[in-house]
Amino acid sequence: FFQYCLSGHPTLPCNVLKFKSTTIMLDCGLDMTSTLNFLPLPLVQSPRLSKLPGWVLKDGSTFLDKELKECSGHVFVDSVPEFCLPETELLDLSTVDVILISNYHCMMALPYITEYTGFTGTVYATEPTVQIGRLLMEELVNSIERVPKAQSASMWKNKEVQRLLPAPLKDAVEVSMWRKCYTMPEVNAALSKIQLVGYSQKIELFGAVQVTPLSSGYALGSSNWIIQSHYEKVSYVSGSSLLTTHPQPMDQASLKNSDVLILTGLTQIPTANPDGMVGEFCSNLAMTVRNGGNVLVPCYPSGVIYDLLECLYQYIDSAGLSNVPFYFISPVANSSLEFSQIFAEWLCHNKQTKVYLPEPPFPHAELIQTNKLKHYPSIHGDFSNDFKQPCVVFTGHPSLRFGDVVHFMELWGKSSLNTVIFTEPDFSYLDALAPYQPLAMKCVYCPIDTRLNFIQVSKLLKEVQVMNFCC
Amino acid sequence: MPEIKVTPLGAGQDVGRSCILVSIAGKNVMLDCGMHMGYNDDRRFPDFSYITQNGRLTDFLDCVIISHFHLDHCGALPYFSEMVGYDGPIYMTHPTKAICPILLEDYRKITVDKKGETNFFTSQMIKDCMKKVVAVHLHQTVQVDEELEIKAYYAGHVLGAAMFQIKVGCESVVYTGDYNMTPDRHLGAAWIDKCRPDLLITESTYATTIRDSKRCRERDFLKKVHETVERGGKVLIPVFALGRAQELCILLETFWERMNLKAPIYFSTGLTEKANHYYKLFITWTNQKIRKTFVQRNMFEFKHIKAFDRAFADNPGPMVVFATPGMLHAGQSLQIFRKWAGNEKNMVIMPGYCVQGTVGHKILSGQRKLEMEGRQILEVKMQVEYMSFSAHADAKGIMQLIRQAEPRNVLLVHGEAKKMEFLKQKIEQEFHVNCYMPANGETTTIFTNPSIPVDISLGLLKRETAIGLLPDVKKPKLMHGTLIMKDNSFRLVSPEQALKELGLAEHQLRFTCRVHIQDPRKEHETVLRVYNHLKGVLKDYSVQHLPDGSITVESILIQATAHSEDQGTKVLLVSWTYQDEELGSYLTSLLKKGLPQGTS
Repeated sequence: FFQYCLSGHPTLPCNVLKFKSTTIMLDCGLDMTSTLNFLPLPLVQSPRLSKLPGWVLKDGSTFLDKELKECSGHVFVDSVPEFCLPETELLDLSTVDVILISNYHCMMALPYITEYTGFTGTVYATEPTVQIGRLLMEELVNSIERVPKAQSASMWKNKEVQRLLPAPLKDAVEVSMWRKCYTMPEVNAALSKIQLVGYSQKIELFGAVQVTPLSSGYALGSSNWIIQSHYEKVSYVSGSSLLTTHPQPMDQASLKNSDVLILTGLTQIPTANPDGMVGEFCSNLAMTVRNGGNVLVPCYPSGVIYDLLECLYQYIDSAGLSNVPFYFISPVANSSLEFSQIFAEWLCHNKQTKVYLPEPPFPHAELIQTNKLKHYPSIHGDFSNDFKQPCVVFTGHPSLRFGDVVHFMELWGKSSLNTVIFTEPDFSYLDALAPYQPLAMKCVYCPIDTRLNFIQVSKLLKEVQVMNFCC
Repeated sequence: MPEIKVTPLGAGQDVGRSCILVSIAGKNVMLDCGMHMGYNDDRRFPDFSYITQNGRLTDFLDCVIISHFHLDHCGALPYFSEMVGYDGPIYMTHPTKAICPILLEDYRKITVDKKGETNFFTSQMIKDCMKKVVAVHLHQTVQVDEELEIKAYYAGHVLGAAMFQIKVGCESVVYTGDYNMTPDRHLGAAWIDKCRPDLLITESTYATTIRDSKRCRERDFLKKVHETVERGGKVLIPVFALGRAQELCILLETFWERMNLKAPIYFSTGLTEKANHYYKLFITWTNQKIRKTFVQRNMFEFKHIKAFDRAFADNPGPMVVFATPGMLHAGQSLQIFRKWAGNEKNMVIMPGYCVQGTVGHKILSGQRKLEMEGRQILEVKMQVEYMSFSAHADAKGIMQLIRQAEPRNVLLVHGEAKKMEFLKQKIEQEFHVNCYMPANGETTTIFTNPSIPVDISLGLLKRETAIGLLPDVKKPKLMHGTLIMKDNSFRLVSPEQALKELGLAEHQLRFTCRVHIQDPRKEHETVLRVYNHLKGVLKDYSVQHLPDGSITVESILIQATAHSEDQGTKVLLVSWTYQDEELGSYLTSLLKKGLPQGTS
């Protein structure tokens, strides 16, 4: 039994397990925090961004001023954003037999692995994971491809040059390995290698190992994996939640008596109680709108947004917000809302029973029907005609570096009436905001992270009685 | 010998009232719990007194599995669980769990409210019965108890239809329910992996039919509907609310759109909207094309098809009406049929199988004068057409499924005896497996060859793995040991331990072989030549020349003596024990080839 860790990111893991002569990759998360070092990609020509001064070295030399721009004391790369891939040098990835995916956030590096490393194996994931994972990838590719950038900066990556740069650029690791975003043909090729599996399905690998996905309670179709031979049992617990949100609850019983338990994807903000954060989210939203301001919620097109919409569904009438328009803008907004309604079998009990009636499991169907929630593929087209202020806008990307969110930051950043509310925990909100400084807009940080915290983990470990424990 | 016993309580050489009991490795499972459309008396439900005369059924059954929501597969469920008494688990897929209670309630209403029967199950019983249902995912391995596990596979046929694998240890049975091996306009094709069950229980509705291509049938259907509507006639299509109805609706909707037709299409009963909603919410169970495009265009939102009102039946002019139920045995379809039957311009199209005893079956078998309630005679002048749209596998499909699953035995249910007989012969000829077709109440016993676990002693395992290379999990390995069968257990131990345990004395079996070699030299010189030769060839073995003039290779002894008559020939005595048979026989064949020249 060997384990290699190929990702430095705590919630976007990529591990390789060698067990009984089979090589199993557990997740392939893509670390997108690297994009925080880049300038945002504006959808509409932004005078502010284009006027930013080039960065000049202490000795006055200006050879980098085309590649690097300065904004409020921070230096950013003026180029197409790039991502930090899982480590590919540590071992020959063409020897990987299978890849097991635990949830749709942890598969974003898949095209890089399946299309560039000689990988010939099979990928296993649940149907919601694949469908929603595809939407996330589609949104990512779309938001980067529709803002073509003439230049691709590379001079700053030179080790000698990088040494001279200010932090955090100076300390960024392995910048030579950073890669541009993949394309849709690559996404399709990668996804075609996935074989769909259901919870508690037993999958034989070469007759040597059996793998089984179990519900992990974190997202639609999210799973933990049991990897076992006749006499040994390894449990891979990644991105799990014990809270009752929309997905099917976590299956803990099946993890019992593992010889080894590998645990990743714990909450990054253990002090923030998700329920409290949702309350704060609602009250901040209401306050801003009542004062005539707009609310911007940078988010992923699937996941927490379903829960937020459900809370708002219950909250808006009592808070007197019935006439405030809610906009959800993403190239995959429609698909995401539609897909959420057809995975009843992967939802919590309450939502499952609704489908038996038959009613849509999520109340956002009603918000759409009553015209309270409107969705658009982008800010161009119909949206510009329908757009009314004050309003609430849900849009991506949470890094604030690409996607429609960039436009709203530029549009609303100058007024203190408006508020941006951060709910996704993956990016530091201060870093995300850095290229927009100075900013008059209010910023509220309400991270909603339902993944396991340390107290829950220790309780879980007591209950499932594991022999060894890796983290 | 371990055995699997199968007893159909319904669907044995018959269609309707599917209910099959299976006993496998001490576990009892009931497959489906259906009603019979052809009967209105006690015979409509399976005879559960076969399981037990008194007491609750819970003690005798480990679980119940329902394959899909058609009433001939689940219609007796509330009677079984609430009136006879069963509290154990009932397994079905999510769509089946959602739709089943609605059809049961419909069935109850027709029987109790319309026909006025008493002593039938109530709405509350349906609800209580559904509380015992556990929903399963496709391919999920459900552990019913420590030993019994079940797994669902996609079956096509209707929304949520599944085939089930029932497994205890290494013995297994697959039950197909009703299935369809060709994708249609709204569902995909049934699929199963090569799971090699001991027994495959398959439906055989269309055992003798090989249906022409779906396209031809569709064209035929559209042509007939179109012609009737053109000449101002009315078309009645009796269907079940869910299933074929949706497929035919999609078909007509696209045809109306393409041909720009104006004649109204109606769909009877309040179920329409609801039924289509189920299809929208369970879209992951439909075929790939619908699943792929559902975000842009939901195929279950119809523009041309409107809800039917009873008054519309008397409207003049052409129309097409889908009405329930599908076999014309009761309800709205029968009412409309009675109104329209007298006019030769009209047409009734039966898109599915009709059970014996129903009006549907009678008119399909050519009867044109029907006796209705109250001795009324109804003369049928309208055209009667049969189009096989019901999504059952045909003979080709059944053979295809057998090829996919590779069962060791096949058992036919849900079909007519004569047709089964034909298919049985075909299966036995083509696959060389036994094929059974028990009648209701008849038990079929199938013997199985389960693998038997053997405990190996740790000492032996360590000793055997120490020989040779490290064990490779992907390859089998040969081992030597003694098998002790005692007290119902099997153990593999070393021979020494076995002797000790059983108090037996060890006997040695030795083989001795003489090999003649032409060598005029002295005996000790010959020995030396042999020694050098063997040492050269057998580099990995310990070859020794002992002081007494003999040679050993590992434990094999070689001695040389001169031939008593011919001094030019030396006789080599090679002796080895039974355990060294391999090396011993190799050595003799090596020596028989003679010594190479020039060895001294």
